[in-house]
Amino acid sequence: MGIDLKPIPDTSIFDLRASRRGYRLNKLCGSLCSPANREEFKRDEEAYMNRFSLSESEKRLIRCRDFAGMIAAGMNIYFMLKIGSVTGNSLYRMGAQMRGERYEDFLATRNFKDAV
Amino acid sequence: MPSRIVAGLGLSHVPSVGVAYDRGKMQTPAWKPLADAYVPVREWLARLKPDVAIVVYNDHGADFLFDKYPTFAIGAAERYAIADEGFGTRPLPEVRGDADFSAHLCQSLICEHEFDLTVCQELRVEHGFLVPMNLCFEHAAGGWPVAAVPLQINVIQHPLPTARRCYKLGQAIRKAVFAYEGNLNVVILGTGGMSHQLQGKRFGYMNESFDRMFLDQIEADPERLADLSHQQIMEQAGAEAVELIMWLVMRGALSLRARRVHRHYYAPMTTGMGLITFQED
Repeated sequence: MGIDLKPIPDTSIFDLRASRRGYRLNKLCGSLCSPANREEFKRDEEAYMNRFSLSESEKRLIRCRDFAGMIAAGMNIYFMLKIGSVTGNSLYRMGAQMRGERYEDFLATRNFKDAV
Repeated sequence: MPSRIVAGLGLSHVPSVGVAYDRGKMQTPAWKPLADAYVPVREWLARLKPDVAIVVYNDHGADFLFDKYPTFAIGAAERYAIADEGFGTRPLPEVRGDADFSAHLCQSLICEHEFDLTVCQELRVEHGFLVPMNLCFEHAAGGWPVAAVPLQINVIQHPLPTARRCYKLGQAIRKAVFAYEGNLNVVILGTGGMSHQLQGKRFGYMNESFDRMFLDQIEADPERLADLSHQQIMEQAGAEAVELIMWLVMRGALSLRARRVHRHYYAPMTTGMGLITFQED
């Protein structure tokens, strides 16, 4: 059946190829659903990344808090929220970065920016 | 005596609503429009006195990770724990299930209607499930005024089930409910959407006219919405808007003559938050 998804501009579609590519990253993020793991991540990020066998380029994305890069590397947005939370980056901060805007400039584009 | 579906609701499950709820911010100017819209909905539901809510939602990496990600999964437990989805466990009572009713749904949906569901004896529920519960029902320390059956759908890792498949699942649920000799009043909640995109340069994209069209059609012509492809929904309403296919499960479980009772739309930040309710007379 010809139902393959076509690319959409400025959009990442999380399909099985992306999921395969981002498997380790998403697995690390999934583990952050436990308070003990979150503490461990905060205590020693490098050791935590080693536990999930991240590649050097994947580690660099996390070190740099490069959220657009993480998505390109196959991170799922809902899993990325978990690493955002543990590193103090809200969805809207990550979103502003992905849009290439300052956080305040992004908020100014919203209908009611207090609904956060 | 057989059971029946008394009402259906389509509603968004934005996680920030849960945060606002827990921090007592629902009466602030930013959240009051949404909070006010749900006051009559809760009163209406309280009058309908549902025994069980079937909550069609998606997990966002709280209990299902990508090592195994079911296309359709149903809860078959006596109770459902509150998940920690990475931000701490919300202070909510666990949710009572109805294991007998769930077992009947599994039997009927799998063997009679040929929907091959993943059956879950343990399921931790998260914002996709809990935000709609918060908006629709008042809980006390001891629990919720309604039992629930969580029905989880993969709307995040393509390939997803089609909108048409979701609509047919709803139609099968309707038959399964009416065949249950438990004399239950059942409501069904289709959650998620509306327009939103949470990644890429198009982060924050919303499309109010698409959302209003969807609200119109879910009432008047759900068959037309069942024809939408994932591609069309994602292009027109943002990649994450594809969650809206879960509303079609709800609509398929209602009769075509179900009467629309409430409708609301609010799009403050990055998600069009829709609400529509239907009652069976």
